[in-house]
Amino acid sequence: MAPDVPGAAERAPRPRRNITTAFVVSRIAVLAVAAAILLYAVPPLVAAESWLGLGVLGAATALIGYLYLTPRLVPAKYLVPGTVFLIAFQVVPVVYTVTTAFTNFGDGHRGSKQDAVVAIETGSVRQAPGSPEYALTAALRDGELVFLLVDPDTKQAGLGTAEGLEPLAGARVGVTGKVLSAPGLTVLKAPEAAARAKEISALSVPTPGGAIKANGLSRAVEGRAALVYDAACDCVRGEGGPWTADESQGYFVNAAGDHLAQGWQVGVGLDNFARVLTNPTISGYFAGVFGWNVVFALASVAGTFALGMSVALALHHPRMRGTKIYRIAIVLPYAMPAFAMLMVWRDMFNRDFGLINQLFGLDVDWLGEPLTARLAVILVNLWLGFPYMFLVTTGALQAIPRELTEAASIDGATPWKGFRKVTLPLLLVALTPLLISSFAFNFNNFNAIALTTDGGPFPAENPQVGATDLLITYTFRLAFGAGGAQFGFAAAVSVFIFAIVAIISATAFRRTRKQEEVYA
Amino acid sequence: MKMALRHAFALAVCAFALFPIVFVLSAAINPLGTLASTDLLPTGFGLGNFADLFGSDVYPFGRWFFNSVFIALTASFASLLLSMFAAYAFSRMRFAGRRAGLLALLLIQMFPQFLAIVTIFMIFTRVTELYPAFGFDTVWGLLLLYLGGALGVNTWLMKGFLDTIPKELDEAATVDGATHAQIFWRVIMPLVTPILAVTALLAFIGTMSEFLMASVFLRDPESKTLAVGMFGMIAGDNRNANFGMFAAGTLLTAIPTVGVFLWLQKYIVSGLTAGAVKG
Repeated sequence: MAPDVPGAAERAPRPRRNITTAFVVSRIAVLAVAAAILLYAVPPLVAAESWLGLGVLGAATALIGYLYLTPRLVPAKYLVPGTVFLIAFQVVPVVYTVTTAFTNFGDGHRGSKQDAVVAIETGSVRQAPGSPEYALTAALRDGELVFLLVDPDTKQAGLGTAEGLEPLAGARVGVTGKVLSAPGLTVLKAPEAAARAKEISALSVPTPGGAIKANGLSRAVEGRAALVYDAACDCVRGEGGPWTADESQGYFVNAAGDHLAQGWQVGVGLDNFARVLTNPTISGYFAGVFGWNVVFALASVAGTFALGMSVALALHHPRMRGTKIYRIAIVLPYAMPAFAMLMVWRDMFNRDFGLINQLFGLDVDWLGEPLTARLAVILVNLWLGFPYMFLVTTGALQAIPRELTEAASIDGATPWKGFRKVTLPLLLVALTPLLISSFAFNFNNFNAIALTTDGGPFPAENPQVGATDLLITYTFRLAFGAGGAQFGFAAAVSVFIFAIVAIISATAFRRTRKQEEVYA
Repeated sequence: MKMALRHAFALAVCAFALFPIVFVLSAAINPLGTLASTDLLPTGFGLGNFADLFGSDVYPFGRWFFNSVFIALTASFASLLLSMFAAYAFSRMRFAGRRAGLLALLLIQMFPQFLAIVTIFMIFTRVTELYPAFGFDTVWGLLLLYLGGALGVNTWLMKGFLDTIPKELDEAATVDGATHAQIFWRVIMPLVTPILAVTALLAFIGTMSEFLMASVFLRDPESKTLAVGMFGMIAGDNRNANFGMFAAGTLLTAIPTVGVFLWLQKYIVSGLTAGAVKG
């Protein structure tokens, strides 16, 4: 264990601090930055009345200001800058994702129960039979938007607000049947009304048994909700109902077992996890995708390492000429933008005008058949990854003393044996950690699949899972795909991926440590 | 004889490494500019694709280029500095929670960050309402997001480098009256500069190629990065017609990286052996 230097210095009596210019300047800078952040960040929070956010911001600024002004807490001074970002943009989202895995959050289950009730009621509003179609004029009363409504049959003018409909006295009605002016009210001209179209369509004037809503900017109709929430029975009454709230599913269900489209977010416990493991369709696909995922990651690591190492060994010879030029040529793929080259490869494999078919005079639908598509993505990944392996093996080879292989050949070992028994083990000691992280990286190599095959080809009977899908692209499709967002379920799969990668890496690292002890 | 075999193998690998790049080059100078009319070797020569790229009304390529380079430079520089700070604390100081902190970093790093993208999307929806300058469609918001991953990726790597620098150097400086900040800036930083350069280059390449987060984050054409913008360039029906422009853009995107690569070549081998992945 190394001596505890900074700590010891902290405990030792310190009569006087050296006040240097850098010291003063840095403290002033800290205060200035803190003040600037506060000045910038506070007004919007106040305007949005987000008192919790304001509290967090104030506390964080105060803590950080204190941290950099006090001479103590030295480690924290270095850790906090990165940690702030880490917490805000990585830890919080990850924790939130994990908690989402225990809910049914997704399409149809986005908001709270109240949101669902509002959506169901407004969604079921139809024009009430026999209700008049009012002539609508939007107006302002002390800055608040109101509706001036004229019943076309009775020519009676009314004032509609968010509170209700009341008679309007002294209104002047024009030939079109719309109110032109009224005492105490500012009538909005057409362009002004158009500018407030959003507010106008949002305003709903409650009436007994329904509500009056604008239909465009100059008409308004009274609508009646076909479905109405009744708090007494915690159910929705109306068409096809009663629909009773089922808190375990987050849906309103009726006696026939149907449910309303709009539900709300509820905790479902371990259901999402259980679904991955027990639902026969899903677990079948999950196992298939997982198997291919492992193959892909292993093939990528093994292939890139084998090719990179071979060429590094080929160039690693004292009498080899032109190594510099070879090296630049081999490293070039690494320097090309990976995202663009992935798309170039995709187009080179194109059946109709791709380069591969053209060059070899073939007519193979490379990315359209499961087997060739899998070979193709592994080949593309080989091209992208082997220069890196070439570079690292070259570095590691230079660290292996030439005497070792020479000694082996003097002892009568064939070159192959010398490589197997001397060079390779020494290389592996140095490179195993890199191979493991390369495996973890390729296990979740989203771009390599998403930018080439996008998971395809898809079998006809199941457009959700393609032949080259990795767990991560599969999950991404679950969360954002066309089949409707299933965030809760996708989060559960993410947790599985995390567990798998963590377990594999942990075991591998443990084995490396043992290996190092052997060779040390 | 043996040498000939070695050369033959190296040449074959070079051919494999270079043929897609030759294809891109040939597509970029192909006067017709379509995928179907492009062969491996150039059939004609014209700079029309480059002219189209910069003259285009639909694709503000210059703007994307600037955005990408700006984000990649700033993010790699800032994230390196942040992780250097943390690595310095982890390597040189002993404090409560040190081991737990290191372990937590390792674990967090293993969680694929972009699976949290739903949550990130919701967080930034709120941020966009409060502070439009750091919300969607801004390079600053994306930058903040990238910095969130800074500690997880590089801290372990940096800590490894710092552990190899003899502690006696710090101790000597402490005895001479240097503060922890002076040790960091004047003793540690100069010693790790070569390795920093390599890690910065890797971070630069990684950020330039980052596609997923950026595609969710940047939807306004003016704010896009090269990865997002060029993806749209050959999406759908434009795949064949815009291929020449796309190839020209690819070559231009590679220029800064290749330049830095050649410049740093002597550091790269030793730097890479210590870790970091791509492809």
